[in-house]
Order: sequence, then structure tokens, then C-alpha cells
Amino acid sequence: MSMPFYVAPEQVMKDRADYARKGIARGRALVALQFDGGVLIVAENPSKTLHKVSEIYDRIAFAGVGKYNEFDTLRQAGIRHADMKGYSFSREDVDARSLANLYAQYLGNVFTHEMKPMEVEILVCEVGATAADDSLYHVLYDGTVMDEEEISIIGGDSEAIGTRLKAAYVAGMTQEAALQVAVAALAGPERTLTGDDLEVAVLERQGDRRAFRRLTGDALTI
Amino acid sequence: MVLLLVFDLMNLPLFSPQNDPGPDFAALLRHSGLAPAVPAPGDTAPFDVRHGTTIVAIRYADGVILAGDRRATAGHTIAHRAMDKVMPADKWSGVAIAGAAGMAVEMVKLFQLQLEHYEKSEGQALSLEGKANQLAGMVRSHLSMAMQGFVVVPLFAGYDVRRQQGRIFTYDPTGGRYEESDFHADGSGGRDARTTVKLGWREGLTATEAVELAIRALYEAADEDSATGGPDLVRGIYPIVATISAEGYVRLSDDEVEASFRSLIERLGESGRSSS
Repeated sequence: MSMPFYVAPEQVMKDRADYARKGIARGRALVALQFDGGVLIVAENPSKTLHKVSEIYDRIAFAGVGKYNEFDTLRQAGIRHADMKGYSFSREDVDARSLANLYAQYLGNVFTHEMKPMEVEILVCEVGATAADDSLYHVLYDGTVMDEEEISIIGGDSEAIGTRLKAAYVAGMTQEAALQVAVAALAGPERTLTGDDLEVAVLERQGDRRAFRRLTGDALTI
Repeated sequence: MVLLLVFDLMNLPLFSPQNDPGPDFAALLRHSGLAPAVPAPGDTAPFDVRHGTTIVAIRYADGVILAGDRRATAGHTIAHRAMDKVMPADKWSGVAIAGAAGMAVEMVKLFQLQLEHYEKSEGQALSLEGKANQLAGMVRSHLSMAMQGFVVVPLFAGYDVRRQQGRIFTYDPTGGRYEESDFHADGSGGRDARTTVKLGWREGLTATEAVELAIRALYEAADEDSATGGPDLVRGIYPIVATISAEGYVRLSDDEVEASFRSLIERLGESGRSSS
């Protein structure tokens, strides 16, 4: 009987993290930023039907990058969790923080106990009554949660995009200005992105009970 | 045995592909043990159940009107004066309820969630026909309760975005689903309301005419049926009237309904009908 080779736990974790990071880096990035009327989410996504950004609940949106089937499973689970929680208690009791924590628990668990980590990075956004009440929770493949302010970038090449976005971002921008800045940051100096390459959605602070709205067609011409 | 239904806050609701409930919220509740328990078949209820009464749906040129009085009764007493029997199901449809109030409200709540859950999960809304069939399934699954006297009869109306017209669906307690072409009224005063609408209906009514007709129908129903509430001018409680058209579900303000009632009462007074 052959003995398995001993592999240091540090090495196991490093290998898994590398594997997950490589998978995520292959995909296109996605940014979320606050503007004067709520939160804008802009993803580079040539598909019109396989969404990266979706509605979870009245004021909560989900965005994911990486392996589609993996983050779509998480999206579906989030909708189920939120709808069941709202049904059992009240619509007001559904919040992004607890959902982000659940995602973190699950991703952390998969990262340490399963053979293959999930190759996803997700964002749970919630629009509040005022800009100070908005929340952007960035959850990594290993279950790390980050509570981010104003802007959040997930996916491949996020550092370069982040630098560009931070340089151009101004608090309290209009929706059009925010879209322009986000698209420019995603594209970088050498490329231009058109409406066909983008998937854009907003969480509107004012308006209907369901704050999530997709922007399509003319709303995307910059 | 007391079955305590507890929502699992601590785990993501994930399912293996074989067990996945899909975009069906009711199936998800069953999978998660949250579905309301159905009582075993037995005798009829030993207490008076709250009942909602008259509801009306009328198709007009641009869509469909849903209206309902506000009274809920328990036996011979008035249980509630300002009940909402007309509710939006989603942006393009509404549901009005007659029958055992507690279960009807729960059914509508579940139906609303069902439609929203489907829309979010699948990324697009169900067709109007699909929504009507969903509701039929819910009424059917309520049959054992209906046998014990807790009958719930919804009236479903919506704007069909594909056909670009208003459509009305009615149900019987066994879950039978029937499409009405022009109008319908249900509940204890439904017969009187239906007759009134029948006499005043024609193809191509405007929204204002259809609202007037609905209000007239509810007035006549309240005139003949003790369980149907008329306009309450003292407390300022008026029927709920909603239009569902290309603009979606819009509930009329109390002021608009009040104005329409006042002009109706004036007309009735002039024709000397108030004493009959």
C-alpha cells in the first residue's frame, strides 16, 4: 500500500487560492459605485441573457464574476433565502449584511473542506434610505467579507480598474456621470466599450418597493 | 402533535440538482418545511370565520378594472370595516378575494411571492396565462379546507402584455379555472353586482365609464346583500378600485372613488330611487 505524500496545510491552502484566483482572473470585471440616486452596477458582459447582475430582494442586488454556474447557484440560493425570510418574518427584516455573511460562511466552508474551491467573487449591494445607509459587501472565494464604501470592484484586473475608478470617482455623481466613469475604468485607455458589451443595473433609492432596474438600449449610450 | 415551523437562518438554501425545487416558491417552502400545515379532514369549524364579500372585474378598452367592497363579516357581525380585498399580484395583474378571509389573504400573499420569486429566479415574468394557472393550483391545493367550509374564491385579472388586452379569470373551489371574456363578479353580493354590470357593459368602455359601472355594481350589491359594505361616508371608507392596463396596476385614490360615489348617489336621488 502506498502512502500519500505529506503536503503542508499552508501549501494546500495556497494551491487552492491560486486555483480559484486563476479561474476568477479569466473572466471580465464588474464594478459597483454609489451615485446621487442609489447604487450603479456595471459589468462587462457580452451576453444579454446570462446575467452577472440580478435582483435578490426589494433593495438588494447580487453581482458575481467567475464561473457562471457557481455564482448563479449562489444567486438562486440568495433569492430563496431572502424570499423565505421575508415570508417567515417581514419584508423589512431582509438585509444584505446577513445574506453576505451566509455567503461568506458557505464559501469559507467550501474553500477549507471541499476538493475544489468555488471560482467566484461576489458582491451583495443594498440601497438604504440615505447614501450613508447603502452597503456594498464584497465576498471572496475563500469566504473573506469586505464592507466597502462608495466603490467596489470584483473580478480580473481589479487593481488597475480600481486605480482608474478611484481617480475619476466623485461622491454624489449623477447616474450618467457614474456610468461614464465606470465604463471608462472598465475599458482602460486602449479599449472602448459600447452598450452591447455591458450589463448595467441600478438600485434606485427613490421609487418602487423593488429598487432594482436594468438599464438597456438608449440608457447605455454614453 | 404541534409542528413548529422554524426558518433556518443559518444556512443557505442549497439543493442538489435532483432535489431542486426550481423557480416554484411553494415547492421551496415544502422542501424547507415551511409550508403551512393542512389540518386533517374533519367537521366544519366550530366558530365563525371572517368572510370577505363582493368583488367585481370589468374589461374595458385599455385593460381591466378590479373592485371590491371593504366589509368582512363573521357570522352575522361585521368583523372588519376596511379590509383590502383587491391586491396587486405583480406589476401587470391583480387579484380580488371572496371567502374565508384569513386563508384568502394568506393565499394572495403566497401568490404574490410566487410570481415575484419566479420572475427573479428566471429573469422574466410568467405569462398571464401562467399566472392564472398558478393561482388555480393554489385554489386546488386548498380543496380539503374548502370541504370544511373555508372556501376561498379568487378573481384574477391582468393585462396581457403579449395580446395587449385585459383578461379576467374566475375560479371555483375545486381549482377550476375559467376565462371570462368581458366581466365577472363573485362573493355573496356577486349575483347582484353581476346583473348590474351586465346591464351597463358594452365593448370599448373607457376607464372612467368602467370605474363608474364597477362602483354602481358594488352599490347595488350592498343594497341587496347584508354582507356587502356600501360606501361609508362617515368614516371615509370606500371600495378599492384598481385599473390594470399598459401602465400596470394602479389603485385609484379614495378621493376619486368618493367623487364617483357622490355623483352616483346624486343621480339616484334625482331619479327618486332612494326609497325603494
